[in-house]
Amino acid sequence: MSGPLSGVTANELLAVMGARELKDNTTVFAGVGAPMMASGLAQRTHAPRLTMVIEGGIVGPRWKPGSLPISTNEMRAAYRAQMLPGITDALLLAQRGFLDVGFIGGAQIDRYGNLNTTAIGGSYDRPKVRLPGTGGANDIISLCRAVIILTVHEKRRFSETVDFITSPGWISGGDSRQASGLLFGGVSRVVTTLGVFGFDAVSRRMRLDALHQGVSVDDVKAATGFEVLVPDRLTATKPPSDEELGILRMLDPARQFLG
Amino acid sequence: MTISRREYDFQAARLRLESKPKSAGEKLTTLDEAVARVKDGDSLAFGGCLFSRTPLAMIRALLRRRPKGLTISRNLMCYEGEWCMVAGAVDKVVTSWMGIGLPWGLSKIVREYVESGRVPMEEWSHLALGLRFRAAAMGLPFLPSLTMLGSDLVDVGGSKTIDCPYTGEKLLAVPALFPDVAILHVHRADRLGNCQIDGYAHMDADIAKAAATVLVTAEEIVPEEEIRLHGDRTIIPGFLVDALAHVPYGSYPHECYGLYDAEPGHFSVYVEGINQRGAAGVQEYLERYVYGPATHADYLALFGEAALADARRRGRELVT
Repeated sequence: MSGPLSGVTANELLAVMGARELKDNTTVFAGVGAPMMASGLAQRTHAPRLTMVIEGGIVGPRWKPGSLPISTNEMRAAYRAQMLPGITDALLLAQRGFLDVGFIGGAQIDRYGNLNTTAIGGSYDRPKVRLPGTGGANDIISLCRAVIILTVHEKRRFSETVDFITSPGWISGGDSRQASGLLFGGVSRVVTTLGVFGFDAVSRRMRLDALHQGVSVDDVKAATGFEVLVPDRLTATKPPSDEELGILRMLDPARQFLG
Repeated sequence: MTISRREYDFQAARLRLESKPKSAGEKLTTLDEAVARVKDGDSLAFGGCLFSRTPLAMIRALLRRRPKGLTISRNLMCYEGEWCMVAGAVDKVVTSWMGIGLPWGLSKIVREYVESGRVPMEEWSHLALGLRFRAAAMGLPFLPSLTMLGSDLVDVGGSKTIDCPYTGEKLLAVPALFPDVAILHVHRADRLGNCQIDGYAHMDADIAKAAATVLVTAEEIVPEEEIRLHGDRTIIPGFLVDALAHVPYGSYPHECYGLYDAEPGHFSVYVEGINQRGAAGVQEYLERYVYGPATHADYLALFGEAALADARRRGRELVT
């Protein structure tokens, strides 16, 4: 799928914008696809001391360019890892509070950043479409200090309501996340193919913060199934640089993940 | 759909264990003799994760016995779960995610069987399922956790929350899962069943401690002395193990850390069969790869020496 910028794919755009959200000397829980590309890019630009933790029970891998993992539980994901603690203990690092950022995606997202990767339509027992399930996404969004959602921006994904809360964002807004027992973290950013979004500090509703080059507020509204907050002053993101794109293409020369 | 008392009844699970001899004796037997211990209606937990160290040889041997009414649990369920659905072997699947991976899209078999209500899929977060096995491994009915709260997953299995007796904060009480049988594949074991795993250990050690019966296949059977020289590497002690079979390439075409790589091309052919013929594609696969081969050597011959050697080469490369 192509993004709004010519010559840049949707996943390249997401990986570049995702990478820019990461800081040096922090820890990130990253899955395969755009999150992994974003983390790998950040390590090779401004965040060489970024430590990745991977759901398959893997700490601090140094993935081999051209040999990126398809799943979070395979040898390519563990390449040159500093530690292989096992799945439960890797996820418990997040429960203890060691993970600064978690990266996740989702099939359906609502205005509070709740994600559905379980089922569309029908009931839980007899869904219209059974999706694969949470995997570690629920744990990442529940336990990391901050969460960045990376996703293609389409109306069918940005939905008025999600059919099932697989991974809770700000739930029903306000202090509902805390009240549910999720005392820590929350969704801080939603990085999409149209722009970068945050959440209002009080209502916890999704708010447009920055538009990618060539994207208008109307484009965002047309691709969003709920009313998104639009502040008076908007910034624009800097388009992906040749250096950033070059690193991504070096990591994934066969374009298995870049599209 | 809710969990049953049998899954988290720690007293019953303990009594079951206490009534069993904890033999430090010989465990080595045949694959067929090992899986004969599985009874219809049993709750099975599979080791490994997705397409890593899946005990596929044992699962194939199990399906050849045409079992019925099983519950299968696994952290990330790969296509072995689809085999069990199409073979009519399972009444329930317990997992956090089911499919093969991003390149293969949504599982059409999961869609067909779960959407029609034929096989319920009980979803837990990856950590919650890990804690279910760990609670059982610790002999407890539940473990408190901060995960899964505020999500609709809490209702799926009927999880309960507790107020922390010290701080008063709300915690998820993740219920234990004591399976009847653990089915695991490891890198090496001695004849007494002391097991060692290289690389990531997934949830295998917790599953072995959680289950009433533990069945293991190993890539290699090593002398007792070799285990004794590297006891720090042993993660499942022999007295937990009921039966052990020597099965090189026991998870192929899934990967086994450091020994052989997975075969994504094989997964694509499998999925293409489903895209063309639906569940009948899986049935044909079962005839060819599961019911057909008389021995494990016959099974490996379907792939050929060259493919196995290539998988071994790639596997070595990824750890050196």
